[in-house]
Amino acid sequence: MNVLGEKTITSYNIRKIILEQSKRANVGHIGSALSIVDIIAVLYENILSIAYPEDLERDRFVLSKGHAALALYAAFFLKGWLTQKELDSYCADGGCLGVHPEHFLKGVDFSTGSLGQGLSMGAGAALAASIKKSSYRTFVLMSDAECNEGSVWEAIMFAAQHKLSNLIVIIDYNRQQAFGYTKDVLNLDPLNKRWEAFGWDVRQVDGHDVSEIMRTIQGLSLQSGSPHVIIANTIFGKGVSYMENKIKWHYWPMSDQEYQLALQEIKAVK
Amino acid sequence: MRNIFIETLIKLAEKDNRILLLTADLGYTVIEPFAEKFPQRFFNVGVAEQNMVGMSTGLAQAGFIPFLYSINNFVSIRPYEFIRNGPILHQLPVRIIGVGGGFDYGSAGVTHYGLEDIGLMRLQKGIGVVVPADRNQTQAALLKTWDLPGPVYYRLGKGNKNSIDGLNGRFDFGGLQHIRQGNDFVFISIGSITQEVVSAADQLEQKGISASIVVVSSFNPSPTTDLIKILKKFPLAITVEDHYVTGGVGSFVAEVVAENNISCQIKRCAVDTLIPNVTGSREFMNSHYGISAAKLVEIAWHCLRNDKFTLSKADLFLEK
Repeated sequence: MNVLGEKTITSYNIRKIILEQSKRANVGHIGSALSIVDIIAVLYENILSIAYPEDLERDRFVLSKGHAALALYAAFFLKGWLTQKELDSYCADGGCLGVHPEHFLKGVDFSTGSLGQGLSMGAGAALAASIKKSSYRTFVLMSDAECNEGSVWEAIMFAAQHKLSNLIVIIDYNRQQAFGYTKDVLNLDPLNKRWEAFGWDVRQVDGHDVSEIMRTIQGLSLQSGSPHVIIANTIFGKGVSYMENKIKWHYWPMSDQEYQLALQEIKAVK
Repeated sequence: MRNIFIETLIKLAEKDNRILLLTADLGYTVIEPFAEKFPQRFFNVGVAEQNMVGMSTGLAQAGFIPFLYSINNFVSIRPYEFIRNGPILHQLPVRIIGVGGGFDYGSAGVTHYGLEDIGLMRLQKGIGVVVPADRNQTQAALLKTWDLPGPVYYRLGKGNKNSIDGLNGRFDFGGLQHIRQGNDFVFISIGSITQEVVSAADQLEQKGISASIVVVSSFNPSPTTDLIKILKKFPLAITVEDHYVTGGVGSFVAEVVAENNISCQIKRCAVDTLIPNVTGSREFMNSHYGISAAKLVEIAWHCLRNDKFTLSKADLFLEK
């Protein structure tokens, strides 16, 4: 909490909630959520301009890698958009917080969970702003393996063709997917050159350096004539040593012992 | 139907700037008038139907009413999951225009047939399904549905000049149109194939058989109540559609009969099993799958005589 008693959106607070809720609900997708914590913290603490979730002029955010929604729920809770009781209903019967986010929830612009669809929805939101001459920006946070989907490249081509510089994609480049490492499944490298070849403004950042992420986004020109992609080099399971870069933690839940160890370890990256 | 749809859409777009038209690179010689009149509200997204639907979700969420234009199967089957997770799940006013149902693109071959769209869309309760039977009904249907809050799928026949006797441009979303009164049995038809049904009824009349014709032109909401009243009056209902036999109007009628204690025999005339190595014009294909006027007369004749008549693959393809 800050001096006013408000909860602050820090990476540590988000990681702690991810661990607590994953443990309580006994579910996986922990590594994927930990991977985007620092990106989410920067977006919701420093970047996204959202006066209130229903504001038509708000910045749009699409969590295209919907399976990491717990990181998003943590940010919503810290922003005061979710109560503790609601947060504690994560993955509970009859609750509103599933593993993947639904637009019925305040703050979620689009339901996601089926990979490869978020960028198209984001491109539509960005095109809408362009037609209406609205100043809102659209952010889409994608997984790296999501780039396996052909539909992603349809959207990439469209956004470049229509010069949607109000569209900002962030790729969580942790180099692993459900069943293996990206280089062994469908190699994405050189990912930056691929996006560049499709006409995008490409940046690369350390996806766990909140200052660098913030500076990079703030330095983007919304009149550049090309859409922006920030390839965030991340570590799957960041902050919990036994999860980092391990395929198992895509789906696996934690034991009691693993949970205690994880809680201790994330304090070190506080 | 395509031309009247676009003509009507232009008139609506003149009054409401929320209307956009997107195409996945199809509609040559049809959609240009819209593009010329509203160049800022027209987008050729390229041959990319999934992105077109995904984008339309973002556009509609921001307040627009995007109309998406392509050939029936390319805009229904190809991006189906995008339709489910986008406009349907979010309940947004996206309009999907699938041109060329059934065998409208006959000699183009199997990849261009539209035989699943009604069934696929009908099973998603969150999307309205509109299937006009002729030009005037197309216009009426668009005028009554363009500004609905949720998504709508329009199945448009490729022909532009067809006019169904007795329909007189009537359209009632969630209702049906009784276009011909008869006593012996009822034809229940959907879309532009209704022209064949009317012709079949004319021919049967010359043989002394009097057929009613009911046109179903929308689902979700479906005209269940009206249909129950009609089915209770007849011993036999023959459903006709240029669609696979499962999922469309024949399935709908069978469900209504089964769930409402109605003793009406049903004969579903539709495409059962597609023979992939046979192609031809729309008329040829309709005849070979038993949904041409001549075949419908034959089927009705046998059904009324209570023959154990089935139009099997052999009947269809071995005949001279």
